[in-house]
Amino acid sequence: MSDALIGIEGISKRFQTLEVLRGVDLDVNRGESIVIIGQSGCGKSVLLKHLVRLLEPDEGAVTFDGVDISSLTGRRLIEMRRRYGMLFQSAALFDSLTVAENVGLGLTEERLHSKTEIDSIVREKLDMVGLTDARDKNPSELSGGMRKRVGLARAIAGNPEVLLYDEPTTGLDPITADMINDMIVDLHQKLNVTSIAVTHDMTSAFKIADRIVMLYDGRVEFDGSPDEVRNTSNEVVRQFITGSAVGPIQVR
Amino acid sequence: MESGLTILGRRGVKFVTKLGGIFLMLGRFLVALKELPRSLGLVFDQLYTLGVKSLPLIIIISVFVGAVAAWQAAYQFKFIGAPLRYLGQAVGKAVVIELAPVLSAIVFAGRVGAGVTAELGSMRVTEQIDALESMGISPIRYLVMPRVLACLFMVPLLVVFAIFIAILGGLVVSVIGVDVSSETFLNGFRNSFQIGDFINGMIKAAVFGLIIGIVGCYEGFHTRGGAQGVGLATTNSVVISSVLILVFNFIFALILFRV
Repeated sequence: MSDALIGIEGISKRFQTLEVLRGVDLDVNRGESIVIIGQSGCGKSVLLKHLVRLLEPDEGAVTFDGVDISSLTGRRLIEMRRRYGMLFQSAALFDSLTVAENVGLGLTEERLHSKTEIDSIVREKLDMVGLTDARDKNPSELSGGMRKRVGLARAIAGNPEVLLYDEPTTGLDPITADMINDMIVDLHQKLNVTSIAVTHDMTSAFKIADRIVMLYDGRVEFDGSPDEVRNTSNEVVRQFITGSAVGPIQVR
Repeated sequence: MESGLTILGRRGVKFVTKLGGIFLMLGRFLVALKELPRSLGLVFDQLYTLGVKSLPLIIIISVFVGAVAAWQAAYQFKFIGAPLRYLGQAVGKAVVIELAPVLSAIVFAGRVGAGVTAELGSMRVTEQIDALESMGISPIRYLVMPRVLACLFMVPLLVVFAIFIAILGGLVVSVIGVDVSSETFLNGFRNSFQIGDFINGMIKAAVFGLIIGIVGCYEGFHTRGGAQGVGLATTNSVVISSVLILVFNFIFALILFRV
């Protein structure tokens, strides 16, 4: 077993007749900022959800800190999940709660902090994403970019060791997307976390990654630094990063 | 071209899978009950949202149920030549053991069961349930348990209101439309009232509430797709709950009300 923080060992996943992942192997080291790229529908988000066991692989295993997460149940599974923070594609804010309640929900349910402490943590995290004044708003009153920032504040509220980003810039205008990218880079440095993002936005990928992994045909097609991606002769990667409709990747 | 047998087989497997899933949801609900003390606030929220807010609808339905029951009973009495002094007795029995529990439950399934499924279904397709799990919060404890408990407690409570209002509706129709005095009607009701019938009605109502809550949550949790998926799950929730209520009502009739 490797000493990676997260180990993905030959995982396969099928939904009815659709085989999404076909033996993905990937190690993520502590402190890395990895971006997983690939076509829409290639299984990037599916892979991400396996890390916190929102999905279970049909074959293979996911390890976290040396432990096979499929062996975790009850309290230990909850504790493993609390070491992660996750920003969902649609931000997945709880409609019935205010911004502050959304950010503080994990802490409230953890029952380790007083209400005053939670208020103070929520204020601090909302400050970090520049949304101090939005604490009493409902999610429906927020723009797409603001929702992502609240989602980000919620993801970091419990001081996680690993941050997962599912398409963090999808659906945002280029300026807001760049602001989210800056925040991801900033949080990665300030919080000293391991970051894993999935995206098909190459501007975002080059900005936040110190390692880029490309998924293609259910497997890891390429694994290297941003510079290696830019200079690669791999035709699949080249087609993807240049956004060409002509090449080995067939549009489904 | 698939044969009829293949289609039947596939539907059979789907039916058994769904039934298994509903029982599994019931099991997970029962396990989550051990964390009830920390979820009391959520339970009280749901008691109010699902139960108290259903009261106006139950009152409206019950007035008409009682009124129609009295009118139809009087019509039958006239047909067979039975004395109208038994009207209160007939309406009372029908309301306490059958009409109030079953109709309140069906209406509750339409209002609350559908609402629970639509809410949880929307949460599922917008990844809010995934978000809860990723934060280490059990969606069964946080979402399912409070809703199922609220259904379990509020349906019997609403049935008590429904009985009272339906008898009142029947009384008004009897006095105004059938020319039976209120004293005769109420005496008939009082003479026929048995606490055993009432308790059996409450047991039925509690089971109906459990069915509505579990099926509503199950369908919401297993919603797939977008708005269309939520619509489909909501329809399924009401249909399955209503059918199960009627099936269990028949089973209760055989067990609790022996002829």
